[in-house]
Amino acid sequence: MTVTVERAGGRGRNRVANSSRRHGSSRRREDSYTLFLLPGALAFLAVIVVPFLMNTGVSFTDWRGVGTPEWSGLANYRALMDDSEFWASFRHSLFMVAAMAAVPTAVGLVLAAALFDFVGKYFGSRWAAVLRACFYLPQVLPIAVAGIVWSWILAPENGSLNEVLKAVGLGSWQQDWLGDPDIALYSVMGVMVWVQLGFPLVVFMAGLQRVDPQLYEAAELDGAGWWRRFRHITVPQIRPEIYVVLTWCTIAALKVFGAVYVLTKGGPGGATNVPSYFSFTTFFEKTQVGYGAAVSTVLTVIILAVSLIGLKLQTRAEDAEDAPTGGRA
Amino acid sequence: MTTALRRYRRHPVLVALVLAALFMVVPFLIVAVNAVKSPAEYSANGPLSLPEGIYLDGIKDFWERVDFGQKLVNSALISGSVAALAVVLSVLNAYAIGVGRIRGRTWVLAFFVLANMLPQEALVYPVYYLSKEAGLYDTRLSVIIVFTVIQAAFGTYLLSSVLGQFPREIIEAARIDGANKWQVLWRIVVPVSRPTLGVLLVFFFIWTWNEFLLPLVMLISNDNQTVSVALGVLQGQRLMDATMTNAAALLGVLPALVFFLVFQRTLTRGIAVGAVK
Repeated sequence: MTVTVERAGGRGRNRVANSSRRHGSSRRREDSYTLFLLPGALAFLAVIVVPFLMNTGVSFTDWRGVGTPEWSGLANYRALMDDSEFWASFRHSLFMVAAMAAVPTAVGLVLAAALFDFVGKYFGSRWAAVLRACFYLPQVLPIAVAGIVWSWILAPENGSLNEVLKAVGLGSWQQDWLGDPDIALYSVMGVMVWVQLGFPLVVFMAGLQRVDPQLYEAAELDGAGWWRRFRHITVPQIRPEIYVVLTWCTIAALKVFGAVYVLTKGGPGGATNVPSYFSFTTFFEKTQVGYGAAVSTVLTVIILAVSLIGLKLQTRAEDAEDAPTGGRA
Repeated sequence: MTTALRRYRRHPVLVALVLAALFMVVPFLIVAVNAVKSPAEYSANGPLSLPEGIYLDGIKDFWERVDFGQKLVNSALISGSVAALAVVLSVLNAYAIGVGRIRGRTWVLAFFVLANMLPQEALVYPVYYLSKEAGLYDTRLSVIIVFTVIQAAFGTYLLSSVLGQFPREIIEAARIDGANKWQVLWRIVVPVSRPTLGVLLVFFFIWTWNEFLLPLVMLISNDNQTVSVALGVLQGQRLMDATMTNAAALLGVLPALVFFLVFQRTLTRGIAVGAVK
């Protein structure tokens, strides 16, 4: 899906170049097309722009959801600086980025290459398709349901994981996976890797479809082994996809909410609290709306920064990739 | 000789990959196996034993307790409406941007991209507050409106580049034959883009089905809740015993499995749409 987007986006640049050449389209024509944008623009104003501006505005007040908000300037943001709960939640975000972006991208890359350049080649595309489907399966599951499945598997008493450990004679490794403050965050990370892995895999395999098979054949004739082909063909060829996946997964990791809500509710003792869950409880349990708005505003700024960096890297990678292709065509 | 040796060495890699794939699927299998055990059997033999028989009372009890049929209807209604409305909205936006090439389209497009990346946390309280003011709080309509717009942000982004590639000759020919822009859109652009629209429809449906935060905040009454919210809230309250949890997990997993099996070809085609111009 994402591949579609970024590659279509890549072609989009050519489109812009074309259109500047045929500059003569009349004003009137443009104006009447603007009408088609009207319903969308109004809906976006009501659902995205106004609430977003409200949220930002509220972050500068001490509003508690009722009465008139009173302007408090940067007080909320100053309070955030000293709030250890806030810092902890962002520290946990970094763990989530590792679990949802870094690890799935790296593992997904190796798996995609293995399924495409190895399984597909020697055992047939059917094998590759079935294996891909297995890895992708958790992706279609609602995150809340994934949370239910795993909280039951990881349960301290009668949980499947502990039962398996006992069955294979590793009973001493049994843990209260989600209830022990020292382990809970790693347990959640493990679940998120399971949830997330299929996305990079599918995107990378789709990206590999467009790599010229002759590249692989030539490399193989030159005696390049699997690992060299992986490093010198697979990775450079699907670099745009890698940036897209990293960007999307990092954003998803920063936003992670449902899994934490269902698995641990941020606990035990805040050990798995993340910014989105933190802002949620600040809004709806503590009803410190102004403070919660400040948390979500900080989160927004970080996410937009990540998005812009990701888009930039992606455009650059596409340009680098387009150049030789363009020359050949 | 060497090729035979090499072929022999290939199998361990395949076995490793198959094992890894099995590991991904195992949670689904354990859920399925345990959902059909009776509580007595479960507490006697634990979660790893094979079921002695098929016991469906746990699922039935849970279904009735949470009125699961209603949740399915809610989820289907919300996701279906969002998918259809968001595709229409995306098409209208993308027609203006991709085909109409309105002025400042790069900025308009950037706006839609950013709107899609915005965390819902930065919208959730105002949306909650405004929907209360508008009398839409705790209605399925409120969730439909919000997600239509959020999904359409992505759809606009995607479709704009697809429609930017739309063959100009066809559109110009239709215009010369006297079709107005509205007719061009519905009689030519939409039918020709149908595969892409179908893919969007499927993705919007599944994404909306899986959403959690906004429905959790907006849909508090039992009659309006979606599958995800109903299960998530129950789990959060830790009111359920192991058999209940399992029944809940199975009932949550099944629709996802059905989508996966039904839409697998669409999902693959979605990726192919990008690969083939």
